[in-house]
Amino acid sequence: MSIDWMTIILYVILITWGWFSVCGACYDFNNPNLFEWETNSGKQIVWMGTSLVLATVLMLVEKRFYDTAAYVIYTALMLLLVVTIVIAPDTKGSRSWLPIGPVKLQPAEFAKFAVALALGKFMGEYGFSIKKTKHIARAIGMILLPMVLIIGQKETGSALVYFAFFLVLYREGMTGSLLFCGFACVVYFVVGLRFSDEFIHNMPVSIGEFTVLLLAMLFTIGMTWVYCKNWFVVKVMAASCLGTTFLAMLFSIFVIPFNVCYIMLGLCILMICYLIGMAIYTRLINYVLIALFAIASTAFFYMSHTMFEHLADHQRTRIEVLLGMKDDPRGAGYNVNQAKIAIGSGGLYGKGFLNGTQTKLKYVPEQHTDFIFCTVGEEEGFIGSAGVLVVYLFFIWRLIVVAERQPDTLGRVYGYSVLSIFLFHLFINVGMVLGLTPVIGIPLPFFSYGGSSLWGFTLLLFILLRMDAERNLKRQ
Amino acid sequence: MQDHHYENRKYVLGGIALLVVLSYIVRLAFLQLVNGTDDYKVRAESNAFYNKVIFPSRGVIYDRNGELLVYNQPAYDVMVIMREIEDLDTLDLCKTLGIEKEEFISRMETIKDRNKNPGYSTYTQQLFLGQIPAADFSVFQEKLFRYRGFYVRERSIRRYATDFGAHILGDVAEVSPTDIERDDYYEPGDYIGKQGVERSYEPDLRGEKGVEVLLRDARGRIQGHYKNGVKDRKPVPGKNLTLSLDMKLQALGERLMEGKMGSIVAIEPKTGEILCLVSAPSYDPHRMEGKQRSKQMVEMQKDPMKPMLNRAISGTYPPGSTFKTSQGLTFLQEGIITGSTAYPCSRGFRFGRMKVGCHGHGAPLPLVPAIATSCNGYFCWGLYHMLNNRSKYKTIQEAMTTWKDYMVSMGFGYRLGVDLPGEARGMIPNADFYDNAYKDNWSPLSVISIAIGQGEVTLTPLQIANLGATIANRGYYITPHVVRNVEGGQLADSLLEKHVTKVDKKYYEMVVAGMRKAVQGGTCKSANTSMYEVCGKTGTAQNRGHDHSAFMGFAPMNDPKIAIAVYVENGGFGAHFGVPIGSLMMEQYINGELSKASESKATAFQHRHINYGTRER
Repeated sequence: MSIDWMTIILYVILITWGWFSVCGACYDFNNPNLFEWETNSGKQIVWMGTSLVLATVLMLVEKRFYDTAAYVIYTALMLLLVVTIVIAPDTKGSRSWLPIGPVKLQPAEFAKFAVALALGKFMGEYGFSIKKTKHIARAIGMILLPMVLIIGQKETGSALVYFAFFLVLYREGMTGSLLFCGFACVVYFVVGLRFSDEFIHNMPVSIGEFTVLLLAMLFTIGMTWVYCKNWFVVKVMAASCLGTTFLAMLFSIFVIPFNVCYIMLGLCILMICYLIGMAIYTRLINYVLIALFAIASTAFFYMSHTMFEHLADHQRTRIEVLLGMKDDPRGAGYNVNQAKIAIGSGGLYGKGFLNGTQTKLKYVPEQHTDFIFCTVGEEEGFIGSAGVLVVYLFFIWRLIVVAERQPDTLGRVYGYSVLSIFLFHLFINVGMVLGLTPVIGIPLPFFSYGGSSLWGFTLLLFILLRMDAERNLKRQ
Repeated sequence: MQDHHYENRKYVLGGIALLVVLSYIVRLAFLQLVNGTDDYKVRAESNAFYNKVIFPSRGVIYDRNGELLVYNQPAYDVMVIMREIEDLDTLDLCKTLGIEKEEFISRMETIKDRNKNPGYSTYTQQLFLGQIPAADFSVFQEKLFRYRGFYVRERSIRRYATDFGAHILGDVAEVSPTDIERDDYYEPGDYIGKQGVERSYEPDLRGEKGVEVLLRDARGRIQGHYKNGVKDRKPVPGKNLTLSLDMKLQALGERLMEGKMGSIVAIEPKTGEILCLVSAPSYDPHRMEGKQRSKQMVEMQKDPMKPMLNRAISGTYPPGSTFKTSQGLTFLQEGIITGSTAYPCSRGFRFGRMKVGCHGHGAPLPLVPAIATSCNGYFCWGLYHMLNNRSKYKTIQEAMTTWKDYMVSMGFGYRLGVDLPGEARGMIPNADFYDNAYKDNWSPLSVISIAIGQGEVTLTPLQIANLGATIANRGYYITPHVVRNVEGGQLADSLLEKHVTKVDKKYYEMVVAGMRKAVQGGTCKSANTSMYEVCGKTGTAQNRGHDHSAFMGFAPMNDPKIAIAVYVENGGFGAHFGVPIGSLMMEQYINGELSKASESKATAFQHRHINYGTRER
């Protein structure tokens, strides 16, 4: 057995640091006892203790067990998710908490490891090929099923975490173009919306629409370059699209102002026709896919506007505030604004342990769970909060190392699943506190208060560490 | 089954992690190090710390005999927490508070309007109705339990125990934005002295606000004292004032000035303490109490008689013949005349075509009878000889400057520095003034009327009274002031300063003799009494309308207790209003009461009104 002590040390550092942050976030000026069961900091000690027990137990369970039971565990947890929808009491509009005795558990936190195991098991099976559409479709299905169930519990935030598994698929050979498509979608949405009501100087041309169409053209041309490597086609498309757009712009500026986007839309359609023509001519599927990308790009952009109009008011305002289109420090922007005040007031060294006022007096909502990073920022300043991020970077780097050295697909896929989940949580959680990503209520691993999330993350991590400990045994 | 095909993609994933962490660190650096950390700090503190202000009690005000004049009475503010309002019977509430439904609605809207009420929060108490006196409040108090979300805050309102002296006492009102800008002690909703001693002694009267630093959570709920109250401060109560005013004298003065415009100022010569400062028309100080103040202010500001104007210190008038005393003193000191110098007067001062009229009296005469008969000719000749004395002064300008310096040394031309706001400085012309006015081409004749207190010369009634005090003191005065004592504090040094004029005591004795003679057998005959020796000088100041009636005097002659100036606008001869009013005032102060005869005389003067018409003045 070769246990990876370095990861365990990082784990201990993170949960300890996390405990101090919870103390800071929950400290009551009238009740200075940090260790009482009544206080959240006291409870968090119990969650930490039980997590260590859980970790020890997990280190005793052989990898063989997971290999055998992966699908059973997956099925069981999916059933649990279904059951939860039905029997869980309504807490703040979501039905995701199961009360078991004195504690409440959130099955969604535990479903992640089941998906990771099942995905590893499935992709490690003999004959699996990520290139086969049927196989990749089943893999994606295994990811989407819990997402749908969790959305059914009205916990959209937790459901989004499952997008992290696409990083795993990417590592296992799924074409990068899918990730790129996702990236493109986000860019279209953000740029298109943010600048939809701003116009290019003196012209009836929306900056958002213009930029998105231009990007769609550039992306399409770029993909043709990368995936078809037909220089002639690239040159023709680039010259005609960009040239015509440029001429149209000149005409609009100097002769008659008109909406250049119509011309660009026409160009996109021409480009798509040309790509389909090339597909028929060369019999290369890539042209079809690229044409589809172009169609999807334009369609997504125009549809996203309609979709946006149909979002619930509070969701729409949230997005508008995030994109800086609306300033609403007392409404939708309240959380983020107060979070910024908390972090900004910390300065370089912070206000010191238990001295933060923003978080303790509950100006930042959910300050001990989703917005825990505020406490770090307020009490420990730049040094503390940047320190946490650096430790996390080490932690993720260590997980990559661990995942890469797994002798089989199950171990590697599981390892990457774990690191992707941590990365996604870190990205969204810290991003929302800093006002960079939308406010999606997911915890910061090891920092946010709560038994379910701490146990869930411990479970994820220590199954990997046990698998890793066996890596040398198998070779013999 | 090992798959090293895509191993390089680990760098992509690692790169993503690195990118995320790095960009977040940059963002943190922006928030915490670059982007106005102080601003965020201030915002965090204003979020969390609630400085609960504890108001000190304002100092009360007494007169020189210990009579209470101004005090505080508890009053109540009705506060509201919007979020807690539930099942409110609006009509019943309006009825209890005695307001109209429309007022209720508009008040609620003002509270919610963040432009007018920047500190608005639905969780904290907002001022609904201020300054409700205790009597009106008790009904509301009984019903308070029925109005959920409504609370009571104790405040105090300023009450007056006297009907007189409004101009001196002044008033208190909510601070204006300018007040807040000028002194960061004040916050919106605080009270500040607006006029009178309330304003000039504001720092003493107000005390020092105390503060309790409380921690407030996001809903505005109080979470206890910050660090067990180490930063709390107890309020320091305001200091009580004792005025030098004799309220009985003030009351008599206001009574005598009923239906007239003008002033009476009385000063204790030895100390400079102002014994009464009547400005007529005046107003009832009770009008400034509580929330009716602003309405009353508007009403009084519209009044063409300008009752708000404190004429005693802000009004500037030609001093008329009362000024002649200062002229005599100057000429004596400068050696222009001696006690025996006599000037002719043939029904006035005649020089070529120039004539300043005078009444009939024996001529020529020296200084003492000239003062007693108030001879115009005498003082015009005096000034003429002074300004034309080329052996003493090289130019007329030099002579004029010398003259001006004498006037300034007697407290004219500049503010005396009384401890009340709004003092005017009056006007003493100097050489430059005439150089400008006459384009360097002027002679003593051009300015001759200043010798008899006409022309360019103007004084405030306070300055005229101070002239009386200076003569009573034979050559010096203490800055006149209305506050005698600040409890536990000290009067400003400038108020106790002794100002010595440029004229020797022996010359003053001559003027005193003249003023005594005026009472014994001159223009002030009616002021003569066997009880004490009165010295006086009348003044009849010409102006565009009917002459102003003035009197300046002091008594007793050899141990002066009171110096007085009376100025009645358009009152005619000095002897007409000035002398009788002045003598009644002196009697009241020196004897502490009026004799029966004087009392009926006072009532007669009280009812002798002057018709001023209704035009704006």
